[in-house]
Amino acid sequence: MRYNRPGLDIASHLLLIVGCALFFLPVWIAFSASTHEMGDLYSNVAPVWIGEAGLDNYRHLLEDPVSSLGADVMTLLFNSMIMALGIALGKIIISVLAAYAIVFFEFRFRKLCFWLIFITLMLPVEVRILPTFKVVADLNMLDSYAGLILPLIASATATFLLRQFYMTIPAELVEAARIDGAGPWRFLKDILLPLSKTNIAALFVIMFIYGWNQYLWPLLITTDADYLTIVVSLKRMLTTGDGLVPWQDVTATTLLAMGPPVLVILFMQRYFIKGLVDSEK
Amino acid sequence: MAHFNRHPITPWLLMAPQLIIVGVFFFWPAFQAIEQAFYIEDAFGLSREFTGLTNFISVLSEPEYLETLWTTMVFSFSVALGAMALALGMAVLADRVIRGANTYKTFLIWPYAVAPAVAGVLWLFLFDPTLGILPELLSAIGIDWNHNLNGNQALLLVVLASIWKQMSYNFVFFLAGLQAIPKSLLEAAAMDRAGPWRRFWTITFPLLSPTSFFLLVMNVVYAFFETFGTIDATTSGGPGGSTRTLVYKVYEDGFVGQDLGSSAAQSVLLMVIVGVLTLIQFKYVEKKVQY
Repeated sequence: MRYNRPGLDIASHLLLIVGCALFFLPVWIAFSASTHEMGDLYSNVAPVWIGEAGLDNYRHLLEDPVSSLGADVMTLLFNSMIMALGIALGKIIISVLAAYAIVFFEFRFRKLCFWLIFITLMLPVEVRILPTFKVVADLNMLDSYAGLILPLIASATATFLLRQFYMTIPAELVEAARIDGAGPWRFLKDILLPLSKTNIAALFVIMFIYGWNQYLWPLLITTDADYLTIVVSLKRMLTTGDGLVPWQDVTATTLLAMGPPVLVILFMQRYFIKGLVDSEK
Repeated sequence: MAHFNRHPITPWLLMAPQLIIVGVFFFWPAFQAIEQAFYIEDAFGLSREFTGLTNFISVLSEPEYLETLWTTMVFSFSVALGAMALALGMAVLADRVIRGANTYKTFLIWPYAVAPAVAGVLWLFLFDPTLGILPELLSAIGIDWNHNLNGNQALLLVVLASIWKQMSYNFVFFLAGLQAIPKSLLEAAAMDRAGPWRRFWTITFPLLSPTSFFLLVMNVVYAFFETFGTIDATTSGGPGGSTRTLVYKVYEDGFVGQDLGSSAAQSVLLMVIVGVLTLIQFKYVEKKVQY
């Protein structure tokens, strides 16, 4: 039959391999640069192979304060981790509770609450950045983890997804729980949460990446190096005035900045795809 | 759906954390943005005056704003079309090969996890006028690369970095869409002697149109908002404003220039744009449900 064409299959494999390699190329070039000393690096065009310095640049960056930043990269990674986990877990906790109330309870203003939360889907933080900055400054939360985390939790993506999932849970389950005398908190803890495990894992992957990769918000509200995140630090390392850019340090920091979220995606790939595709519905 | 009825307080306890956070960090600032847009404030924030639509009129009649709008549109559609075409190509190939499709998927989805600013820095290094590999290759064919001086080259740099990052998102959706197309349809066409090229354009492509439309909206939203990091870390909107997008201008005018009224008016205009895009998407979702 004409449907199978071995020649086309081989061509497909070849193109895919070339495609994957090209996608990896920027990372490889950055990695080989990060294993050179600055003098070495500037002696020619960027190297395509690993240099003599090995992982020395990484060790220095993680252990000693970087002069252009006022903090070592380990601190930056720690701050990013707090922010990403805070955003992911914070969003999941408030959404699990709010979606539970909206789906499983009958109360006045239920519809209104739903719409109040739902409307937040429409405006990303970039749009309301200035007034949000003012609010956070008034609340004395500049240069704090709370200031980094809370404004980014104020959106409904997770609530909306969990609501969709809760609505698929059969009514008999609620009836049965009620007949057995289980109150709402018991139902949440023993029935609903165990059932939502996969969905929560999917949400976690998406929200962790979202949190880790934030740029504009942390850029605005952190002036103190103790709260600097790694993604924001890159521009400061690049800004050298007239001096040469220390690309060996910048590329090393860049790779450290993409490490955690990429590992989360690779190890939780199944949940990641689910989270991504679910948010379309 | 069965409900818990005799618990009047519990739902409010459950809703409280979300309502408080959304109230303080979403509605309060959003209303302030809208209010601010109708006032002109002095540089120290000591006094302000209600001026109606003045801020909007001055923003919209500013040639720089219109230039920025144009740049944003060129940028967004280049990113959306580039990232979608590339992703569709790779997804079609990955869907064809039966063995190894999942391995390719793993090797293509990871850029999704890379921060826009980080993607920008990776490409900035590839294009660095002193050290970069690409300017070296380009000079061999007579192109002199320096994105610090040449606006079009700077725009191309941020477009490429944004495409590189966004491709994986589109790939996941296109592959899912392709795998949902019944194989019997394609086999029937093959028996009718339709070649792979013809099968793609007459069967696969039309069936993918809902996915493509959804992705177009998502890609434009991505290019509007999330690419702020890519732009700020690489070109800072320059040279000469050639990579300045609408969101970048809100940031520049509000935080660097301290022109609060104008920045707020621009924020409100952006809200309108996002609102329209969201509405379009809802219309699409409704249509999809009717199928």
